[in-house]
Amino acid sequence: MDYSSFLQMHEEFSLLGVMIILLLYDIFASEKYLKYFQPIAIVLFLVHIVLNCVPRETFQVSGGMYEYLPIHSYIKTFLNIGTLIVFLQAHKFLNEDANRIKRGEFYFLTLSTLLGMYFMISAGNFLVFYLGLETASVPMAALVAFDKYNNKAAEAGAKYILLAVFASSISLFGISLIYGSTGTLYFNDLPALITGTPLQILAFVFFAVGLFFKISLVPFHLWAADVYEGAQTNITSYLSVISKGSAVFVLFTLLVKVFASLITEWQPILWILAVLSITIANLFAIRQKNLKRFLAFSSISQAGYILLAIISGSAIGMSSLVYYVLVYIFSNLAAFGVISVIEERTGKINIQDYDGLYQTNPNLSFVMMLSLFSLAGIPPFAGFFSKFFVFSAAASQGFYVLVFIALLNTIISLYYYLLIIKAMFLNKSDHPIEPIKSDFFARVSFAVCTLAIIAIGFISPIYDQIHLISFGM
Amino acid sequence: MGDILTNFFTGTVPIEAYLGLSLIMFFCGVYGFLTRKNMLMILISVELMLNAADINFAVFNRYLYPGQLEGFYFSLFTIAIAACETAVAIAIIINIYRNLKSVEVDNLNQMKE
Repeated sequence: MDYSSFLQMHEEFSLLGVMIILLLYDIFASEKYLKYFQPIAIVLFLVHIVLNCVPRETFQVSGGMYEYLPIHSYIKTFLNIGTLIVFLQAHKFLNEDANRIKRGEFYFLTLSTLLGMYFMISAGNFLVFYLGLETASVPMAALVAFDKYNNKAAEAGAKYILLAVFASSISLFGISLIYGSTGTLYFNDLPALITGTPLQILAFVFFAVGLFFKISLVPFHLWAADVYEGAQTNITSYLSVISKGSAVFVLFTLLVKVFASLITEWQPILWILAVLSITIANLFAIRQKNLKRFLAFSSISQAGYILLAIISGSAIGMSSLVYYVLVYIFSNLAAFGVISVIEERTGKINIQDYDGLYQTNPNLSFVMMLSLFSLAGIPPFAGFFSKFFVFSAAASQGFYVLVFIALLNTIISLYYYLLIIKAMFLNKSDHPIEPIKSDFFARVSFAVCTLAIIAIGFISPIYDQIHLISFGM
Repeated sequence: MGDILTNFFTGTVPIEAYLGLSLIMFFCGVYGFLTRKNMLMILISVELMLNAADINFAVFNRYLYPGQLEGFYFSLFTIAIAACETAVAIAIIINIYRNLKSVEVDNLNQMKE
């Protein structure tokens, strides 16, 4: 048998290489060399990103079980960049005495979820897709419960794993019904066989639940706030950005590729989910006091906006989705980075603790302000452009009412994003948070995020490139 | 009743019987997941749901598409994955037991708003 086609899976093999090198280094290196563990991990991962950022020709492995498309290089690179930023921000947390022994585990678990997402993205068969989905969610539960002695983390981990398994078993039941009604699991063969029989519609709804859960759209969002609050902040940011970004991409490719003939069924479903996600998450975000819960609801509503790109089902929708994910990675990671730095030094996580932050920590407040402006979609920043493209993708398919509701919700969201900015810049406080000196790695991540938030909107080649390549989806 | 037993031993059980079994198992799992208060029982309910899907795969493959092996392989992989999920879930539940001395979900209420 010829195994050479497997070697074409560059991304997966190089990530696996990084994982194994780090695992062996963590186990066998002596104490003297172990203090270089994190810089080496970051450099290795950077090499991995650079090696795999150039799109290649379309190819298939193992008879179509794994299918590579050029757009996969982009989405994987964006997820890689986000993961790298999470690593930079987690540097300080992992260097503490209590966590130093566990940092190998942190990197290994994070990278294995990333490997699962790779397989999920490039899957050409429901088996590979399901394996990827589980590889992405089981180590994630271990990450959420990473802090063993923290009750909240254990509680969040239990909620996450039980609900994730529940959702994925519903999804699996859906896949079994798809198999029963068509007799194949290959994405390339399925579109011809899915004709819209009632059984197939039921199977699709069952199947989609698993992905909706991962994206945390509104009827399936109840885990999000608790898990986000309980997990360690760097892990929360990974969960909310990378895991969600890969899941929306996969949802789009599956809907357009496999379930294309059910478009009259899934468009109304997505319509309702988008309206519910955006509206309900916005209303709940207003009454949150805890910043991590606040960002949980904010990210649910962002997922609702991404649905606007998915619902269009066109190549424009695909490019606007990938672009939205890119911008969302930088904006959300900047916000989570600031929160994690402040939480680690002072333990303060509530919005009223941020009163007068500008007097003591002007730089952190500035980064936070930029990221919130970008999340809210204020014009000069990248978030505006990504929202604009998403709205125009939905409008181009005639979803004017949906775009109008989303626009109204942008105004509501502006209110609660500005509440934090008001707390930081205008509110006076007798006991503001003391001046914080963040470490070198966190500052690099802030610089990258700030630059990206300001620049991505203006550097049009980025969107053009994505757009060019997404027609080959 | 006698017919079903004869069918069972002569190997001609209708596919509907198997599908009915898997459907009942699946919704027993859903019901258990929603009503049970003990985390281990919740985990068992979820396992019921996963196994119901496995039965579906095997039965569809055997009865509808006898020429191929996709369904059987899928069930094999699913069994392995279910074991991984159970291992991680039980590890987390043990950790909760160490912290709270209980595995009832009613005690998991530290983050209520």
